[in-house]
Amino acid sequence: MSATVDRLVMMANQISRAFGRLPHDEAVAQVAAHIRSFWEKRMLAQIFEHIDEGGAGLDAVARDALQSLRALA
Amino acid sequence: MGLIHEIDYGTKPSAATKLVTLTIDGERVTVPEGTSVMRAATEAGTQIPKLCATDMLDSFGSCRLCLVEIEGRNGTPASCTTPVADGMVVHTQTGKLAKLRRGVMELYISDHPLDCLTCAANGDCELQDMAGAVGLREVRYGDAVETHTHQAKDNSNPYFQFDPSKCIVCSRCVRACAEVQGTFALTIEGMGFDSKVSPGIAEAMFDSECVSCGACVQACPTATLMETSVIERGQPEHSKITTCAYCGVGCSFKAEMRGEEVVRLVPYKDGKANHGHSCVKGRFAWGYATHRDRITRPMIRAKITDPWREVSWEEAIAHTASEFKRIQAEHGVGSIGGITSSRCTNEETFLVQKLIRAGFGNNNVDTCARVCHSPTGYGLKNTFGTSAGTQDFDSVEQADVILVIGANPTDGHPVFASRMKKRLREGAALIVVDPRRIDLVRTPHVQAQHHLALRPGTNVAIVNALAHTIVSEGLHDEAFIRERCDWEEFAEWAAFILQPENSPETVAELTGVPAAEIRAAARLYASAPNGAIYYGLGVTEHSQGSSTVIAIANLAMATGNIGRPGVGVNPLRGQNNVQGSCDMGSFPHEFPGYRHVSDDTARTIFEHEWGVPLSGDPGLRIPNMLDAAMDGTFLGLYIQGEDIAQSDPDTRHIVGGLTAMQCVVVQDLFLNETSNYAHVFLPGCTFLEKDGTFTNAERRIQRVRRVMAPKNGYADWQITQMLANAMGTPMHYAHPAEIMDEIARTTPTFAGVSFDALERLGSIQWPCNAKAPEGTPVMHVEGFVRGRGRFMISEYVATDEKTGPRFPLLLTTGRILSQYNVGAQTRRTANEAWHEEDLLEIHPHDAETRGVKDGDWIKLASRAGETSLRAKLTDRVAPGVVYTTFHHPVTQANVITTDYSDWATNCPEYKVTAVQVSLSNGPSDWQQAYLAHSRAARQIATAAE
Repeated sequence: MSATVDRLVMMANQISRAFGRLPHDEAVAQVAAHIRSFWEKRMLAQIFEHIDEGGAGLDAVARDALQSLRALA
Repeated sequence: MGLIHEIDYGTKPSAATKLVTLTIDGERVTVPEGTSVMRAATEAGTQIPKLCATDMLDSFGSCRLCLVEIEGRNGTPASCTTPVADGMVVHTQTGKLAKLRRGVMELYISDHPLDCLTCAANGDCELQDMAGAVGLREVRYGDAVETHTHQAKDNSNPYFQFDPSKCIVCSRCVRACAEVQGTFALTIEGMGFDSKVSPGIAEAMFDSECVSCGACVQACPTATLMETSVIERGQPEHSKITTCAYCGVGCSFKAEMRGEEVVRLVPYKDGKANHGHSCVKGRFAWGYATHRDRITRPMIRAKITDPWREVSWEEAIAHTASEFKRIQAEHGVGSIGGITSSRCTNEETFLVQKLIRAGFGNNNVDTCARVCHSPTGYGLKNTFGTSAGTQDFDSVEQADVILVIGANPTDGHPVFASRMKKRLREGAALIVVDPRRIDLVRTPHVQAQHHLALRPGTNVAIVNALAHTIVSEGLHDEAFIRERCDWEEFAEWAAFILQPENSPETVAELTGVPAAEIRAAARLYASAPNGAIYYGLGVTEHSQGSSTVIAIANLAMATGNIGRPGVGVNPLRGQNNVQGSCDMGSFPHEFPGYRHVSDDTARTIFEHEWGVPLSGDPGLRIPNMLDAAMDGTFLGLYIQGEDIAQSDPDTRHIVGGLTAMQCVVVQDLFLNETSNYAHVFLPGCTFLEKDGTFTNAERRIQRVRRVMAPKNGYADWQITQMLANAMGTPMHYAHPAEIMDEIARTTPTFAGVSFDALERLGSIQWPCNAKAPEGTPVMHVEGFVRGRGRFMISEYVATDEKTGPRFPLLLTTGRILSQYNVGAQTRRTANEAWHEEDLLEIHPHDAETRGVKDGDWIKLASRAGETSLRAKLTDRVAPGVVYTTFHHPVTQANVITTDYSDWATNCPEYKVTAVQVSLSNGPSDWQQAYLAHSRAARQIATAAE
C-alpha cells in the first residue's frame, strides 16, 4: 500500500470507530455521509481502487460505507 | 488627523438603573445611583483635579487633590470616593479648595524632578497638567528637604523604563497590576516617606513576576513608568484605532504615530473585547513590522536549491500565473490549490478562497484552522447549528462556575484571562481540566477548586464521566432539555452516558484522576446558577478533538448552560482571525457562512455573484494536499501567511510534500521554513499596513486600519487580486470595504455588516442581519440555530498513539505568553528576552531516572523523528508527561509529532505523542543539517549591475 492509501484506510477506520456505537446499517450510513461530505474525489478513487485490491486494513463498517458510496458514484 | 483622546472619568461607571439628580457647580446632573461625584462632574463637563483616580481602577482616595465641598456636609471629601445622592449640591471650585489643592500639589512637586522640558512625558503628564490646573506658582520647600529624586532608573524591561525618582506613590500602577491584570507583581514597600513602588521584593522589573502587560505604564500619571519607544522617539502626534494581530481575543489599540513611525500601541478603552487592557505581545511586540528581515521585493527561482532572484511585481505575478496554468494544463484542474491565513483579514481570506474556487476551478482551499479549531467547527455545528462560540467575553462577568478544559488562558489569551481572574477573585469557582498545572490553577488570589490533571488523550473519557455523574445524580436540567433539545436524542445519549464505562470510577483508571474529584467537579458545574465552559487547543488537537467538542456541548445542554449571559461553550481561538478565516469559507467543503459546497442554493448564490460555475465536490485538506503531492497529482500551492513546515505536524511529511511540488508560492512577511521549499516569494504586509477586518473568538468583527504604507508596495488583498487577474479571474476591488459588501451580499450571517456599520457601531458580533441589525452577543437565546439542540454520542476511543518500552513518556505541546505560534513575529522583537529557546518540561522523577539535570541538553525522540533541546525540571507536569513549546524553528518540535489526527477534521494530534527522553550533547545532526539547509535555501542572488 502507498503511504496515501495507508492514511486513507486509517482515516476511514477512525471515522468508523467514531460511529461504533450505532447499529451496523446506521453506522454505515453515517460513515458514508461523513466521507461524502469531506473527501475529495481522488481520495475516493484511491480507496475504491484499494477495495478492488482486497481492501486490506479496512474494518467492516468502513468497507461497507465505501462500497455504498461507490454504488452512488 | 490628530491624537485620539479618551476621556478619563476618574472612576468606573455605575451599573445601577436607578437615576439620581444632583447639582454640581450650579448645574443639574442626572446619573445612575452609585456614580462617584467625580464621574458625575466629568460627565457634566467639569474637570475635578485628580492624580490617583482613573476610570480603569477602583476608587482609592489617596491623592487628596479631588476634594470638593458638599452643602450640608462637613469637611472636603474626595470626589472619587463619594457617591452621588439625590439633591446633593456640590462645589468643585472654591477658594478653600484651591488653597488645599495648591498645598497638596506643592508637596508633590517638592519631591519631583523639575526636568519637564527634557522629560519623556512632557506634553502627556498628568502631574504637569494638575500643577497647571491648580495654579501652582511656587514651591516653598527648597533643596534642603529630603527627596526621592536621586533614585536610579530600572531599565531591565526592554519595553518600559521604571524611574522611581518621578514616582508620586499614587498606587495606580500597583492597583492596575492587581485589579486589571491580576498579577500582583507590584507593591508599595515601606511606610510614610519611605513608601515606594517595588516590583516583587525589591527586584528588578524584569526579574519580578511582572508579565509586561503594560497596565502599569498606562496607569502611571507621570514619567515614572514610560514606554522606551516614547523615550526614544518622542510624543506621538496622531493615532488610529486598529485591532491586534496576535491571539483570538482581538484587542483594540490606538496606534499612536509620528508620521509613518509607530511610537506606541495603547489599548483602547472602548474596545469591546479588551476594555482598555493589553498583553506583552499586542502592547509592545510590534517591532517586527520594520525588522531588517522583512522581505519587501518579490522573488522567484526555478529550483528550491537555487538562490532567490528579486524581480518586479509584474514578473512575479506573471510567472506564478503562468506556472499555475501550466500545471493545470498538464495535470488537471485539481492539481493546484491554496491555503488562507488566520493572520490575514476577512477580506483577504475571502479573496483567496474566491480565487481558488472561481479561478482555480476547484475547492482545494484550506487554512491554518485545520491544525487548531477545525473540530470546534464540526462539533458545534452538529450540536448547536453554528460553528462558533456562544458568548461574548463580557459574559464571564456573570459566570458562577468556570470550567477551563485544555486551555491556558494566562499564556494563550492573556487579556481575557485577566477578566476571568477578576471574576474568580470576585468569588466564581474554577475547575481546570489539564494534564499540566497551568498558572490559573493557583495564581494570586485565585485557586482552582478542582484540577483534574488527566493523562493526555483522555479528554472524552473525563467529560463523559462528568456527564455520567450529572445524569446519574439527577443534576441535569430536564426542563431546559425538554424545551430546547430533542428529548429522544437526549434519552439515547443518557442511556449511553449511564453505561458503567463512563462512570468516574472506571474513567479514573484511564485518566489518572480520582473518581471523587470527577464527581465533585461535576456537581459543582451542574449546580452553578451559571456554568461556563472555556476550552482551547488542548481539546481540539487530538484524534478525538471533535468528539470532545461534542461531549462539551452535550454537557452544556444537559445542564441548561446555553442561551444567556454567564454560561455557554466558549472556544478560545488561537490566532487573531481564525474565527474569521473559517467564516470566510476557508475549508475545502464549505463556502463562506459554513454552507457545504454541495448545497445547490449556496453554490448558486456564488455562481451568480462570481459569474462562473463552481465545483460541488469537496477539495483537499492540507495533509491530503501533501499526500497528493507525493503521489504526483498536486503540484502547485499558493500559501498566504502560513508556515506549514514549522507549524504543522510530522515535518518530514510536510517537507516531502512541498519538495514534490512544482510551484510553491509563499506570501509572507519573512522567509520562513515553508519558503525554504518555495519557488515564488510574494512579500506580504503587516496589520499596520492595511485596511480590513478581523473576527475574534466571540464572533466580533472589528476594523483593522492602515497606519503606514505597505513596505512591500501592496496590501495582501491587492496581491491576491493581481494574481487572480493574471489567472483570468477578473477582480477590480478598489478598497476592502467593497469586498466586505460582497461578503454581506452572499453570506446571510454577515448580511448587515459593512465598513459603514462598523464605523457607526465600533464592532459587530455575527450573526448580523435584519433580525439582529447590531449583531448577536449571545447565541441560541430563544432556540438553537439548528432548531433543537442535538445530543450526540461521543464514545471514548483511545488514541492509536501508545506509550511503550521504546517511547514511555507522553509529550504534549503548547505556547507561552511572550511568544506567538511559530514565533515569526515575536522572535523578531524584544520578547525573545523572555523565551529565547523552547524547553522541555519534565518531572524531576522522570529526569532523575534518566540522569537529566535542569538545563541539560536532551534528545527527544518519537516514532516520527527526534530533536534536541534543553530540559527544564518542574512538577507542573505529572510523572510520565513532558511538555514543550513550538516557537523556535531550531527546536523543530513538529519533527516529533505524528501524523495522527482528529477522526472528523484531520486536526493533528499535537497534544499526544509517545516519546523517550535521553541525555544529548547538543543539537542533533538533523537539526544542524536542517539549519545549514535553511541558510542555503534563503540565499538571495546579488542583483546584476
